[in-house]
Amino acid sequence: MSRRLFNFNGGVKPPYNKEASLGEAIADFFAVAPMPAEFVIPLHQSVGGPPHPLVKAGETVKKGQLIGGPDGNVSSAVHASTSGRVKAVEMRLMPHTSGLSALCVVIEPDGKDEWIDHAPVPWRSMSPGEVRDALRDAGVVGLGGAVFPSHLKVNPGKQGHLDTLVINGAECEPFITCDDMQMRQRPDGIIKGAAILRDLTQAKQVLIGIEDNKPEAVAIMRAAVDRLQAERIEIVAVPTRYPAGGAKQLIRVLTGIEVAHGKRSTDYGVQCFNTGTAHAIHDALELGRPMISRILTVAGNVDRPRNFEVRFGTPMNDVVALCGARPDSDRYIMGGPMMGYRMPAETVPVVKATNCILVGSKAMFPPPPPEMPCIRCGECAKACPSDLAPFELFWFSRAKIFGKAQEYHLFDCIECGCCAYVCPANIPLVDYYRFAKSEIWARENEKSAADTARERYEFRLAREERDKLEKAARLAAKAAETKAKLAEQQADSAAKKDLIAAAAARVADAENKTNAS
Amino acid sequence: MQANSPFFRRNVSIQGVMLKVLAALLPAIAVYVWFFGTAILIQIALTSIAALAGEALILSLRDKPVAIFLSDGSALVTAWLIALTFPPIAPWWLTVTATLIAIIVVKHLYGGLGQNPFNPAMVAFCLMIVAYPQMMSQWPAVGFTDFAAQVAAIFGERHIDALVMATPLDALRTGLHTPEAHATVAGIFGAGASFGNIGGKGWEWIAGGYLLGGLWLMQQRVISWRQPVAFLGTLMLIAGIASLAAPDRFAGPLFHALTGGAMLGAFFITTDPITGATTPRGKLIFAAGVAALVWIIRTFGAYPDGIAFATLLMNICVPLIDMATQPPVFGHKED
Repeated sequence: MSRRLFNFNGGVKPPYNKEASLGEAIADFFAVAPMPAEFVIPLHQSVGGPPHPLVKAGETVKKGQLIGGPDGNVSSAVHASTSGRVKAVEMRLMPHTSGLSALCVVIEPDGKDEWIDHAPVPWRSMSPGEVRDALRDAGVVGLGGAVFPSHLKVNPGKQGHLDTLVINGAECEPFITCDDMQMRQRPDGIIKGAAILRDLTQAKQVLIGIEDNKPEAVAIMRAAVDRLQAERIEIVAVPTRYPAGGAKQLIRVLTGIEVAHGKRSTDYGVQCFNTGTAHAIHDALELGRPMISRILTVAGNVDRPRNFEVRFGTPMNDVVALCGARPDSDRYIMGGPMMGYRMPAETVPVVKATNCILVGSKAMFPPPPPEMPCIRCGECAKACPSDLAPFELFWFSRAKIFGKAQEYHLFDCIECGCCAYVCPANIPLVDYYRFAKSEIWARENEKSAADTARERYEFRLAREERDKLEKAARLAAKAAETKAKLAEQQADSAAKKDLIAAAAARVADAENKTNAS
Repeated sequence: MQANSPFFRRNVSIQGVMLKVLAALLPAIAVYVWFFGTAILIQIALTSIAALAGEALILSLRDKPVAIFLSDGSALVTAWLIALTFPPIAPWWLTVTATLIAIIVVKHLYGGLGQNPFNPAMVAFCLMIVAYPQMMSQWPAVGFTDFAAQVAAIFGERHIDALVMATPLDALRTGLHTPEAHATVAGIFGAGASFGNIGGKGWEWIAGGYLLGGLWLMQQRVISWRQPVAFLGTLMLIAGIASLAAPDRFAGPLFHALTGGAMLGAFFITTDPITGATTPRGKLIFAAGVAALVWIIRTFGAYPDGIAFATLLMNICVPLIDMATQPPVFGHKED
């Protein structure tokens, strides 16, 4: 390949630990495990507004039935993972570090796993808006981990076509192999999905980027491109360096374009989808199947690491049970060791964002040594793929000098964890950035709430003032009216007096004439 | 338990970094002993003990975990740098006091590890050369390696006039740039017993030891190439231009690079992460600034060597340099 690749600064090379879960093929969870007692399907599984429930407790649902309707455009539908009875629509613990609960549809499976009627979507004859609606209603969201609603990204941009569509198969997080295995076992769906996206975005070229530590996937995907005679689609092996699979980093490596924070990548003529998402788009449009499952890796402190295709709502410990968690396991991490989240319980459900259940133990992920002061060695700055000065951000975040933190581009931080990974002082740098970001958001919310309150107050004052003026005007008008009436009455009485006087005068006159005659 | 990612980290520590810096000083120390005897080892022992004791005392006064911070190695780096910049036959109380001031006042009263704006060893040097200029300029002559005499000089009565000699920088400054000066560079080089092939006799080899250790630190990625290159490049450039313009009045570039504290400064002082600039361009500016000031102080100043004063002057400028040289972040390169 003679394609010119670009470089991003920074990055790290952590131990990848991927081999363990590559030994066996992807297993369909249903084929190898008993049916879970219940599926707990959170309604809010994507970025954007939480979908509203469309079913009530006691109703029966079929597999693939819409159970959560998208809330506005920035939202995505949610579907029943199997057929059965809706046991409850209630708050359940979410797969998130916060330990918060959210509204879930709890389905008791009937064991038949019966599909709802579904048919391929005639997307070629549909308008772009209709295709986007179809993807939204099929619940397709980004499977790389960010779960951004995909329909919003199927967009050719201002110039009417994309220059480059990037399909992200880099999979740079340690331990995770779900994209690798999907590319090896199901390359056709990915390539076909990429071709659909190419046509929908009018992309001039499609580049599927895969880290070069996955030579099997690269070879199989290249063979699939040839076999399917997919036009303008190229498989590109990119250097293995975390976080090469970050969307911005991969776009940079493949095209040389740097998408600034807060800008849309389509403004630069590029867009990026995960390989799993491309496959899901193919399933949604060509097969009419909504997104009800995904491939995920179970790895870490387990005897038999493996990839499974798992329906959303399946309790995580049901999946891990198949892999033999070792006795000293003490946590589940959703995602990889660099960016994953520790789960509040082992029973939380698998959701669209669950690319990996990483089982951890104290031995595998020992607690960091005591945090030391920063010695400004600059290792973090060398490792930062966003070219930030992490130690400066740390300083400003810790001192709560949030204005300065934003000046030093805090919000360009992608929280990849490279800085904390290399820090010789063991400072949990990313935690400081998360803290600063949430504080800034909270303050902005507070400020906008205060602004709203102030506006309301000012509006009330204005309204009261207006009411007062109106009332005064009304009263004045009324007073004027009364005055006018009085004046009229007075005028009337004056006129009557005149008349009487005139009459009296006439009478007197007549009397005088009579007397004279 | 740790709740947030990343869940694993590279096996690096501040202690590891500091130990590498200490290891990188070993070649120069070995050469030092070879030419000037074991006095330097006594000084290193004295400053090390003083630094650790002072650090332990101030840490416990500040309610900090003593064991963790004492083992980070940073106090030892300061101690060794003080020992290596002071005359090896300086009296024990001089180096011990200097070390205690460096650790307690310059490091910990400013907030401790990572917080001090000034290089502790350099402040210690400046303070002592101002307070005790005579003792701070008594450097042993090459060949003065007698252990008993050295011990006596450090701990006992000081009868060392016969044992010390003017350093090359001293000789040049008094010979060329004082009002009564009338010598030429070549004349001084020829007459001075303290001159070696390029720099000071013996000292030029110690400079080689610093160079070796510094290159190893670079290879280990503990220090950047930027400060040493900018420092030596600037110093040699200025010295080169001056000596080309007036060869009788100004010493040449190689002499400056291999004399006094230049090599130590290039690899071990300007590269101090805590008190130096942190941005790529900032590191170049900082080290170049130190070098320019060193040449000016050496040539026209009241003190023979200027590494310490130059470093402190540039330490003051670090916040400004860092602020002005922030590199563009990802996606904002055209801004």
